[in-house]
Amino acid sequence: MTLSTTFSTTGPTTGSTTLFEHLWNRHLVVPQESDPALLYVDLHLVHEASSPQAFEGLRLAGRRVRRPDLTLAVEDHNVPTDSTVIRNELSRKQVEALRANCAEQGVTLLRLGNSRQGIVHVVAPELGLVQPGMTVVCGDSHTSTLGAFGALAFGIGTSDVEHVLATQSISLAKPLSMAVDFTGTLPRGATAKDLMLALMARIGANGARGCVVEYRGEAVERLSMEGRMTVCNLTVEAGARAGLIAPDETTFRYLEGRPHSPAGAHWEQALDQWRGLRSGPDAPFDRRLEFDASTVVPYVTWGTNPGQAVPIDAAVPDPGELADPAARAAAEKALRYMDLRPGTPMREVRIDTVFLGSCTNGRIEDLREAAEVLRGRTVAAHTTMLVVPGSMAVRRQAEREGLHEVFQQAGAEWRLPGCSMCVAINGDQASPGERVASTSNRNYEGRQGAKARTHLVSPATAAATAVSGRIAAPDEI
Amino acid sequence: MGAPLVQHTGRGLPLGRDDVDTDQIVPARFCRRITRTGYDDALFADWRGLSGFPLSDQAYAGATVLLAGRNFGTGSSREHAVWALRDWGFRVVLASSFGDIFLRNALNNGLLAVTLPPDGLNLLLGRTAADPAAPISVDLAAGQVEAAGHTWEFEIDGRARELLLTGADEIDSTLERGDLITRYEAGREPWTAKVG
Repeated sequence: MTLSTTFSTTGPTTGSTTLFEHLWNRHLVVPQESDPALLYVDLHLVHEASSPQAFEGLRLAGRRVRRPDLTLAVEDHNVPTDSTVIRNELSRKQVEALRANCAEQGVTLLRLGNSRQGIVHVVAPELGLVQPGMTVVCGDSHTSTLGAFGALAFGIGTSDVEHVLATQSISLAKPLSMAVDFTGTLPRGATAKDLMLALMARIGANGARGCVVEYRGEAVERLSMEGRMTVCNLTVEAGARAGLIAPDETTFRYLEGRPHSPAGAHWEQALDQWRGLRSGPDAPFDRRLEFDASTVVPYVTWGTNPGQAVPIDAAVPDPGELADPAARAAAEKALRYMDLRPGTPMREVRIDTVFLGSCTNGRIEDLREAAEVLRGRTVAAHTTMLVVPGSMAVRRQAEREGLHEVFQQAGAEWRLPGCSMCVAINGDQASPGERVASTSNRNYEGRQGAKARTHLVSPATAAATAVSGRIAAPDEI
Repeated sequence: MGAPLVQHTGRGLPLGRDDVDTDQIVPARFCRRITRTGYDDALFADWRGLSGFPLSDQAYAGATVLLAGRNFGTGSSREHAVWALRDWGFRVVLASSFGDIFLRNALNNGLLAVTLPPDGLNLLLGRTAADPAAPISVDLAAGQVEAAGHTWEFEIDGRARELLLTGADEIDSTLERGDLITRYEAGREPWTAKVG
């Protein structure tokens, strides 16, 4: 391959190319001469928790941010959601470091209190900054969320953040490709979150390790952009590097008219190119999986990784029935941590706190789903519920629709945007032993606070659980 | 960025657990700092108090080779996990599989992450538990792990190997290709999103 052909592969994918392969080839700065390859980065998202050491490295080496115009910084991990004053000293210093770094390097920053501030993976799409065919990186594993737009989007560590700041490119070993073909459509009452928990229950929390996963089939095509973002967000919880969904009319409708979307003649040119972004019918994937979406019901996790999930009607599984010794040992350890007995119906598990929010389920559609269940009902006396919109834009939209009143009348707390209890370093966290039903993405040990216990659920299930004070599906209340 | 690593011999620490995500290696509350060093207090902070946890066991003091299980370093992209392992004194992690971002982070910080077959790992775990002083040798140049009278070959991609062997700064080597990056930029569509 010559250099010139590398730069001109902007046409549609062909019959034997996967969408991933096409995105990869299109972004090679030099022809793939070695592994890892050098890829150009179209959009670099930055937040306060994974960037200070990168900016410091840049400064020590006397380097500048190569493309501030392709870099957006957001305050999200450390910001409180009950006020705009950061009381914790460490959190405040980290946020102040980001402010100073962005000012010094000319990087646009959405500060706490800004009308566009919010969780990085919620904000970037709202602004129209994530477009089909792009490469997007961020020092956060849930950057996979943005693959919902047909972009190659993945998380990186801080040294690589520094590399991208300095060079606008990233060194990456080529991941494998995997297709997940959903047959059938999601039944009423089952959401994108349930679809992914069900998938991970089957393939395990590392079932897609090393892969870029493309989701296909009618069940995915029917999802809104919000639902698709939830699917791609959770892809990283299956061990994958990235999730990917080919852009279609749903994608284009979402993007049209957003602040950073192409406009006028550029919009038509962009559409022309975006319509070609799909895997060819004969494109070979390294791995392929079929999954029947029509069997999906509301799911809930019982363990300490997102793959340890069951239908909400099921009971806590018995580790003794697992054939694989490693899986058995993991289940025993998880149940000890979660303080659950095999055979206990999941619906009998009492919940102290419900968290609705995060880059998995903090978008407007998630809030609508939960409000629908909560309308005219009350959160159980022994349960508290935190509603944290993913961004200021989501918060404004929810207030326009009166959703905040539904939450407040039910007795839930209506908060300001941020990562909140998902990362639990901003003041929002559970106490030791506390049991949380959470719409976030990780039920790891200690994730929502030291010794706190997390059950992952969809927004609708979270709302039903808040009302009943025990794990509950929307259909039972 | 990383310190060069050509050959290393050290004592093992038999962690021997599967699915150790980076939230366990360094809990999130330690990720509020703005430094790249000083994370030795953060390493496995929530597991240290548990009885029998090997990191707190004096028998393994001075260990530089971490013996993990399957899926080590999955989950959050936090590089703090690698910084903490380095700050504690680890130079090598042996596991039967790793999280993708962790592998890159390890490479970027001169921590050699090597994939060994599960039976090899089990042998080393047993051996280290029985004799904490038993040496484990890793030879990056030869692509070999040697311990307990056994030798295992391992593969590592060429670029990673070169970076580890020399401790070279990857940003420098990419910046040397600055003209190619500029050339790539000239071919980008004019309508591709810009922040500013």
